[in-house]
Amino acid sequence: MEHDHSQRLQEQVLAAYKLGKPLAIQGGNSKAWYGNEPQGEILSIAEHHGIINYEPTELVITARAGTRLSVIETLLAEHNQCLAFEPPHFGETATLGGTIACNFSGPARPYLGSARDFVLGCQILNGKGEILNFGGQVMKNVAGYDVSRLMAGALGTLGALLTISLHVLPKPEAELTLVKNVDAAGAIQQANAHARLPLPISASAYVDGLTYIRLSGTEGSVKQAAAYLGGEPLANGELFWHKLREQQLRFFQTDQNLWRLSLPADTPVLDLAGTTLYDWGGAQRWLLSDSEATPIRDAVSQAGGHTTLFRAQPSIRRHNAAFQPLSEAMLRYHRQLKQAFDPKGIFNPNRLYAGL
Amino acid sequence: MSSFNTNRALLLAALQDIQPQPLILNQPEQLKPYECDGLSAYRSVPLLVVLPETVEQVQAILKICQAQRVPVVARGAGTGLSGGALPHEQGVLLSLAKFNKILDINPERRTATVQPGVRNLSITQAVDHLGLYYAPDPSSQIACTIGGNVAENSGGVHCLKYGLTVHNILQIKIVTIDGELLTIGGHSLDSAGYDLLALLTGSEGLLGVIVEVTVKLLPKPERVQVLLAAFDDVIKAGAAVGAIISDGIIPAGLEMMDGFAIKAAEEFAHAGYPTDAAAILLCELDGTNAEVAEQLSRVHDILLHSEATEVRTAKDAQERATFWKGRKSAFPAVGRISPDYYCMDGTIPRKHLPKVLHAINQLSEQFGLAVANVFHAGDGNLHPLILFDANKTGELERAEAFGGKILELCVEVGGTITGEHGVGMEKINQMCVQFNSLELTQFHAVKAAFDPQGLLNPEKAVPTLHRCAEFGAMHVHHGQLSHPELERF
Repeated sequence: MEHDHSQRLQEQVLAAYKLGKPLAIQGGNSKAWYGNEPQGEILSIAEHHGIINYEPTELVITARAGTRLSVIETLLAEHNQCLAFEPPHFGETATLGGTIACNFSGPARPYLGSARDFVLGCQILNGKGEILNFGGQVMKNVAGYDVSRLMAGALGTLGALLTISLHVLPKPEAELTLVKNVDAAGAIQQANAHARLPLPISASAYVDGLTYIRLSGTEGSVKQAAAYLGGEPLANGELFWHKLREQQLRFFQTDQNLWRLSLPADTPVLDLAGTTLYDWGGAQRWLLSDSEATPIRDAVSQAGGHTTLFRAQPSIRRHNAAFQPLSEAMLRYHRQLKQAFDPKGIFNPNRLYAGL
Repeated sequence: MSSFNTNRALLLAALQDIQPQPLILNQPEQLKPYECDGLSAYRSVPLLVVLPETVEQVQAILKICQAQRVPVVARGAGTGLSGGALPHEQGVLLSLAKFNKILDINPERRTATVQPGVRNLSITQAVDHLGLYYAPDPSSQIACTIGGNVAENSGGVHCLKYGLTVHNILQIKIVTIDGELLTIGGHSLDSAGYDLLALLTGSEGLLGVIVEVTVKLLPKPERVQVLLAAFDDVIKAGAAVGAIISDGIIPAGLEMMDGFAIKAAEEFAHAGYPTDAAAILLCELDGTNAEVAEQLSRVHDILLHSEATEVRTAKDAQERATFWKGRKSAFPAVGRISPDYYCMDGTIPRKHLPKVLHAINQLSEQFGLAVANVFHAGDGNLHPLILFDANKTGELERAEAFGGKILELCVEVGGTITGEHGVGMEKINQMCVQFNSLELTQFHAVKAAFDPQGLLNPEKAVPTLHRCAEFGAMHVHHGQLSHPELERF
C-alpha cells in the first residue's frame, strides 16, 4: 500500500511526543488561514491518501485523510452519489481530513446535515502516537463514546485524522433554484416559514436584495414545490450555490474582515456595522465589517449564537482570537479533553483556543 | 467485588438535608421496583432511590455523592435493553421521572425544549397541531424518555432517512459529578469549541446527568406510503434492499423479518402477513405527494424485479398501520411463544447479511436455541431474538453465550456490537472484542476528563482492561475464541 503513510506519521508523532514538540497538522494546506495561526513542525498528511473502501449500496465511503475532496466527489458522482453536506473546498488541494477537522459544510447543511452528521468512523493518531479506531462503517453504532464526531471541528487538536468513513447519499434526481425579490427581514421570515412545511428545500440564501431557494428531489416534487413557492427560476443555479459555498461571489471579493455568525435561524436582522449575506435559511450569516471584535461577538452571543473571525488580514488575526471565547467552565472541560487525547499538547497548539 | 463502600446512614442524612428535600425512597419494598431496567436478566437493588424535581436538587445530590464517593446511576423510564440503568448496590439511583415537563415549543425555530423525563412520543403529540414532529422513534417511544434517548443515542425504524438522536438534538443541559450545570450545544446549528453534544450523546450516563434537552422538529411529510413484499428466500430480500438504495431512493423505513418472526408476528397481530414466506420486507416511503407517487411505482417494480413473490401497497392509513403492527409487535409476539427471549442489537454492512444469517442459523443449532430475526434492513441493524426458558437450568447462560457469539460475528464482518441499544452492562465483554486496549484506555481518559473518580454509572459501557483480560482468558479456556489477544483490526 504505497499511499499508506500511517507508519511514518506515527513515527513523527512519537518523536514529537518524546520531546514535547509541537506539530502543525497539514493536509492540502488549503485552509492555513482558518483558525489561529498554525505553529510547529509540519505533520504532512497529504501523501497519506487513497480510497480504502466504497460500497455504493451501503452508502458508505472510507478514505485516508489526505485524499483530495475532488477525488472523492468524482468517484461518488460516477455512482450518482454525493457528500450531502456539500463541503466547501477553498482550494483545489482540499482534503477529506481537513474538511472534517474544520467541520465545513455548504448550503445544504440546515436541511441535510453537517460534515459531523455524516461521519461514521475514523482512525486517528492521538498525541501519544497511538493509532486508534472509533466508530465504524455502519450507520448505526453506539459502542463506546462518539469520538469520531468529536473529531469533527476539533481542528486536529485532539488527534491527527488518518482515515474517515462517511455516510453518503444519492444525488437528487432534479434541482431547481428560484429567485425572489424581498428584503432581509422578509427573507429570514420566509426561510423559517418554509422550513415548517414539507417542501423539498435543500438551500436558502439571501444575497444583495434577492432570496435564493434551491429545491432538490424527484422531478415531480420539485415541480410541485416550485409552483407553490413562485419566484423566477435561475438558469445555472448550480453555479450560484457553488460560488456561494466557495466564497467566490462578489460579496466576498474584499479585504474587509469576514465574520461567520452562527445563529438561531429565526434571529432577526442584527444591528451590526457592515454588510451581511445570509445562508442556511438565516442560521449562518457572513458579515463584512471593519468594526472591533467585541461588539460583534457580544451581539451575536446575546442572540444565542457564536462568531468566527473567518478571514482577516494577518495584522487583525494576530490580535483577535478566531473563535468565540468559551466560558471558564467549558474551557476547563476542553482542556481536560485535550489532556485526555494529547497529554503533551503537541497537536496544533493554540489553533482552536489559546492554551489548547 | 465492588470498590465502593457507601455509608448509607451518612448518605441518607446528607440527602435529607437538601432544601427543599427531594423525594427519597429507602424502604426495601420501595427500592425493589428499580432493581432492573428493560433488560430484566440483570438485577441489583440500589441503596437509595432519589427523585429530584429541580436542577438545583440534582446539583446538590451529585455534590453529596461526589463528596462521599457514592456511585450514581441516572434513570429515565427504565426501558433500556442493555442494563444501562441497572442500579449500583452501593449507590444512588437517580430517577429523572419528575422532570416531565415540556418547557418550550418554538414553532418558528422548529424546536422543543423539554425536561429529560418527557416521553419521546409526547413531544410529537405536543407539536402535532403545528404540523411538526420529532423524528427518532425507538420502538419503546410510548414509554421511553428523551433523557434516556440522548444517553443511548436512540435510533428507531426511521433513522435510515432521519438519523439518530445525535442528528436531531440541538442543545442539552447536564449536571456534572461536581454539581456544575453546563449548557452544551445551542440554538444555532453549531457551537464554538469541541462538539461536546456529539460526545455526550450516547455516553450512557457516564459523563454527566442530562437535565434538559432541546430537540429539532421536522415538518410532517405530506404523504406516507408502505409496501409489503414477500420473498421465498432471505438472500433475495436482502438483494432487494440493495437494489432500492442503488436506485437512489432512501426509504423512511426499510424493515425485514425472517420466516420465524413472520409466523410469530402473524399469530399475535393478525397483520395479514404471508406466513409461508421466508422473508418479508416493509418499505415505507414519505415525502411530498409527487415524490411518494414516483418512488412508489419505482420501488414496486424493483421489488418484483428482485423476485418478490408478492408485493402489496397499503390502501389507506389503516392498512399501513396493520402492516406496521406486525413488525412493531414482533418482540411481544416472540414473547408469547417462548417463556423468555433475548434481543440482540448488532449492526453489519448489509452485504454480509447472507453470511451472518447463515452463521446465526448454525449457532442456533449449536446452542440448541431457536432464533427469530427482525432487522432494520436499510441500515444493517440486526435484532436476532434468541428464544429460551430462564427456568431451565443453564438456558439463560446459553442464550447469553449465543448472543455474545452473534455480536462477535458482527464485529468480524466489519460491523458493531450495538446499533442502538447501547453497551450498558449487557455487552460490556463484547467491547473487548470491538476495541483494543489502547482504544479502551482512550475511552477511560475521556471518562476521567468528566468524572475522574468514576462515580457516574460505574462498571458499565467501557470495560476495564482487567475485565477484558479475564474475558479473553475465559474464552481461551473454553477453546471458543481463536484469538486470545484483544485485537480488532
